[in-house]
Amino acid sequence: MKTAFFLCAVTATFLAVSAFSVLQPGYQVGDKAMDFSLKNVDGKTISLGSDKTAKGYVLVFTCNTCPVAQAYEQRVIDLDKQFASKGYPVIAINANDGQLSPGDSYEAMKKRSADKKYGFPYLIDETQQVAKTFGATHTPTVFVVQRQGSDFVIKYIGAIDNNAQDGGQASQKYVQNAVNELLAGQPVAVPTAKAIGCGIKWKKA
Amino acid sequence: MALHHRWLFFLLLILIAESSYGQPIRIIKYPDLQQILESPNDSILIVNFWATWCAPCVSEIPHFEKISSQFAASKVKVILVSLDAASLLKKKVEPFIARKRIKSAQVVLLDETDYNAWIDKVSPEWSGALPFTLIINKKNKLRKGFERPFTEAELTAELKPFIQ
Repeated sequence: MKTAFFLCAVTATFLAVSAFSVLQPGYQVGDKAMDFSLKNVDGKTISLGSDKTAKGYVLVFTCNTCPVAQAYEQRVIDLDKQFASKGYPVIAINANDGQLSPGDSYEAMKKRSADKKYGFPYLIDETQQVAKTFGATHTPTVFVVQRQGSDFVIKYIGAIDNNAQDGGQASQKYVQNAVNELLAGQPVAVPTAKAIGCGIKWKKA
Repeated sequence: MALHHRWLFFLLLILIAESSYGQPIRIIKYPDLQQILESPNDSILIVNFWATWCAPCVSEIPHFEKISSQFAASKVKVILVSLDAASLLKKKVEPFIARKRIKSAQVVLLDETDYNAWIDKVSPEWSGALPFTLIINKKNKLRKGFERPFTEAELTAELKPFIQ
């Protein structure tokens, strides 16, 4: 009897784990984004609502250690330079567990953002709740959000462009195009695009 | 001139011999992958998408090699699809595969950098995160995707229903 119960419990846990392991529920284009309060590398807390002048944001789930994120780092810095003054600044968020991935600890984030002179916030998602709510699964992944009244609506989800190895060779600059379209009051022509990246290092349950 | 050619020929031979230490790794395009995934036969296919730069992928690679030799009699075929840059085949991928002594599992390098053009075709449920593994039973068309790394025990457990 005890064994049967144990087996049932094991099977149930297993089924629950395997059902969630494939696809995390998260935001779709058109959804309203939950606001968050996350700690920046300077110790201050940042929310979507913090910057009253922002028309929206380029939210980038990224990290220090993923080679794909590193390959895109300069392109993220350039996106902020290009769009912050136009009302769409970058906010970078690192959700990797610092224990599983010490190179992504808060201290390491501070160092990276200082070394590379990030002109934008680099936030730590310590509970990983923001990444889970958005449905970010790998780095780098971008969510472009647009302010609509007091809400922030998701307008684009996915890759920065279609050439990880060489941005100069990219024939599709998804994020740049999306923000330009939003600034021009147009719908985003390519609202999602997938790319290969490093799975987020989730805390062990 | 002829002498030059001969030297070039020897040089080429040496290069070929060098690179075939371990297994030769074919660079493929999406239609080749599609053929691997869809061509009808009676095997059970485990297709693992990985890269040398992906730490959890690197840790689980030996499990795939072990499963491949262990279940060969059950018609299980393992294909490791590297998403490394094709330019790094000789420098990174081949030495890695030789070092890890991957012999039973077949390794290919998918040279398709416009990811959005093919990820959904492999599996709509795949976000693009590595590692990603597909298990396919070609006979009964059973197919399941896993966007997470495996332990050897987990991989064996997931494979079992496909064999029976």
